[in-house]
Amino acid sequence: MLKRLGEKPDLTQTTVSVGEASYPAPFETGLEYAAPARGVWNIVHTGMLVPESHEIFICAAGCLRGVVLTAAEMGAAERFSTVAIRENNVLDGDMEELMIEGVTDILNKLQRTPRAVLVYTSCIHHFMSCDVTRCYAELRRRFPNVDFTDCYMDPIMRKSGLTPDQTMRSRLYSLLKPAPVDGMSVNIIGSDLQTYPDCELVQMVQQSGRTLREITACKSYDEYQLMATSYLNIAMYPAAKAGCEALCERLAHRCLYLPFIPDYDDIDRELELLAAALETNPPDASALRALADESLFKARAIVGDAPVAIDYTALSHPMELARLLINHGFNVTDLFLDSISTADRDAFLWLKRNYPSLRLHPTIHPEMRVYPRDERNTLAIGQKAAYFCGTCRFVNIVEDGGLHGYMGIIRLAELITDAFENPKDAKIEIQPKGLGCAGGCCL
Amino acid sequence: MKQTSRIISTYAADISGVPSALFELGGMTVMHDASGCNSTYNTHDEPRWYDHDSMVFLSGMTEMDAIMGGDDKLIHDVCAAANELHPRFIAIAGTPIPMMIGTDFDAVARVIEERTGIPCLGLKTNSMHSYLSGAGMAFTAYAKRFVDRTLSRQAGSGRVNVLGLTPLDFSVNGSNESIRQLLQRGGLTPLSSWAMGSSPDELARSGLADVNLVVSYAGLSAAKYLKRTFGAPYVVGVPIGKEFSGVLINALHKASKTGECSAPCALRRADGAAPQISIVGESVYSGSLAAAIEAQTGLSCRVICPLETEKALMGFGDCLASDEDELIPLLYSGIVVADPLYKPICGGLTRFYELPSEAFSGRIYRKSIPNLIGKRL
Repeated sequence: MLKRLGEKPDLTQTTVSVGEASYPAPFETGLEYAAPARGVWNIVHTGMLVPESHEIFICAAGCLRGVVLTAAEMGAAERFSTVAIRENNVLDGDMEELMIEGVTDILNKLQRTPRAVLVYTSCIHHFMSCDVTRCYAELRRRFPNVDFTDCYMDPIMRKSGLTPDQTMRSRLYSLLKPAPVDGMSVNIIGSDLQTYPDCELVQMVQQSGRTLREITACKSYDEYQLMATSYLNIAMYPAAKAGCEALCERLAHRCLYLPFIPDYDDIDRELELLAAALETNPPDASALRALADESLFKARAIVGDAPVAIDYTALSHPMELARLLINHGFNVTDLFLDSISTADRDAFLWLKRNYPSLRLHPTIHPEMRVYPRDERNTLAIGQKAAYFCGTCRFVNIVEDGGLHGYMGIIRLAELITDAFENPKDAKIEIQPKGLGCAGGCCL
Repeated sequence: MKQTSRIISTYAADISGVPSALFELGGMTVMHDASGCNSTYNTHDEPRWYDHDSMVFLSGMTEMDAIMGGDDKLIHDVCAAANELHPRFIAIAGTPIPMMIGTDFDAVARVIEERTGIPCLGLKTNSMHSYLSGAGMAFTAYAKRFVDRTLSRQAGSGRVNVLGLTPLDFSVNGSNESIRQLLQRGGLTPLSSWAMGSSPDELARSGLADVNLVVSYAGLSAAKYLKRTFGAPYVVGVPIGKEFSGVLINALHKASKTGECSAPCALRRADGAAPQISIVGESVYSGSLAAAIEAQTGLSCRVICPLETEKALMGFGDCLASDEDELIPLLYSGIVVADPLYKPICGGLTRFYELPSEAFSGRIYRKSIPNLIGKRL
């Protein structure tokens, strides 16, 4: 059994009450720790959503390792290849030649030519000013039947414009070719997980007589291309918004941003926006509110006064969820997040006024490495909350989990009940990468 | 074409080798890289990550840090974390962008040490070499800094340091403990294991050793340093199989008497026969397995080494091959023993025996990595 060596750490930076927290950055930044909660998708998982595509990563060996093993672990090694950058390439400046010849070599070796190739360049290409435009032009000349798109594994750029996550969700649709818009189909853009079919959004689209298209449901490249014929694109996940807007501008589609905000008024507002775009009526909000209330109170009766912790990887609006749960009698005690998003600002201010003792914790601060992890009676919503609390009662979702609207809240209440009544082994459940991907939705 | 892989994996890089080597020693290792780049290490290269709170962090380098130099921020952040967490030492290791912008890790380490009073090691990794390079660099730097130089070799004492133990080559399956037990049964006294299962104090007394056992290429550089500094010879090999374990124990006793180094892992039949078995992997482990198979079965073996090594560690018929195109003709037929992620490039006539390696397939086959120490194959 390994034991920690050295002096006891101070642990002064792991907790701040929401009453004392500053917005939008409640914690100092510095060195970063990574908890072993890995369910959030990465750029390999997301890229694999393009059917009949092949991914080629070009970077240093150390950077390749994580992505090649992601592909192997998800059973997609056949759709994944690499080109390793070595010191001589940096010194000789032959990055363009390496990219062109490397991709060519790989494509020539594949038994079946992919319909599309996602080429991921890296931080090194950026700093060496690699002429990727020339590379892609040459690759398109050599392989006229292959659609190439430029993707990026450049985490060093995360504070320079779009984050790598936002960029990836944008590039995912860059392969869509302009097509006549039929007015009878609608896209959900940039969500890794399929939207629950019983949510109001899906129901409204279907009841309007239109087809709902999601990349997670596309089985072929041709089916993926049909997304170009939709007249309306809906982004539901914050990191998908920029890509959705770019797609709408390029293909002259209409754009809606309808994130899953667990707040009744916001849900009503979003449903009205959707109804207007679909030229239909929104569902009866009062009936849905009553159903959501009933589900939450039912869950509350089962969970009782058990402490509840929420993390930002489970839901993109953790403070809104905290407010909703507190208003339904839950004993929300802890939030795990490194920053507070603009979209959560109102809920943050509400919590600050009404529930100032609520504890906030970072997830990447170095002191979290030695956080006690002994709050075993806590009900956690999210993998990081489960890990840091050391609890086996947790809702295992990431990236909003396909939830939306009132039905999303009702489904979440069911998940909370299930999590409380059926403990899970966190060590087994939270370590696999790309939660929901292994089910085959992206393969 | 070199440098391309249609389907096979890539080995853990030097930047992962550093924290893997130093994980149990109470220090704080900082990878100077962009946010998120530590996930490879803590997902695939470090089986101890979930349960043990060793301090391995990332600097979270940004584009502006790279353009502006950013050493001040790095130094500030490392000092801040060190002042809160009180590590026994600090190690800072580099990645591609710090290499490109010429980060002076020795200088950064000196400034941090001056400001915190905590010993600090600067390690010039760049993610373009294998874990063996990084772990070797870390072991050697640690030895130079922390092994008590006032001690001297106790010839004839039978004390042994085991050098080059990391989960990347041995996983966490009891191999390190098996090696200690085997040495004891062979009449030797394990002094320290670099660096699984030993305390920093045990490592500090390594200079007392009579002889060193190098169990991976990652341990060779430190062994050479200990030889130069304390005079202790080293023997290279992993005690795999009954017969070869005996060979190694005898080699250790002999080295203890003569002071001469040897590499039993490079022993092959050398009778010119075509190899019947090809073993793909790290040179010391694979070479030892080859020698063990030959000793036990009489079948001729060769090692195909895709990683850094030295000629002295390679036996008759062994070869270097790291790129997919080099490996494919070598794995076309015959018996192949390798990590399962090599299987897709083996020929149809190959009889493939899976021997997973954490360094190649990460956590994917972790539960199937065998402890072969001292056991009949």
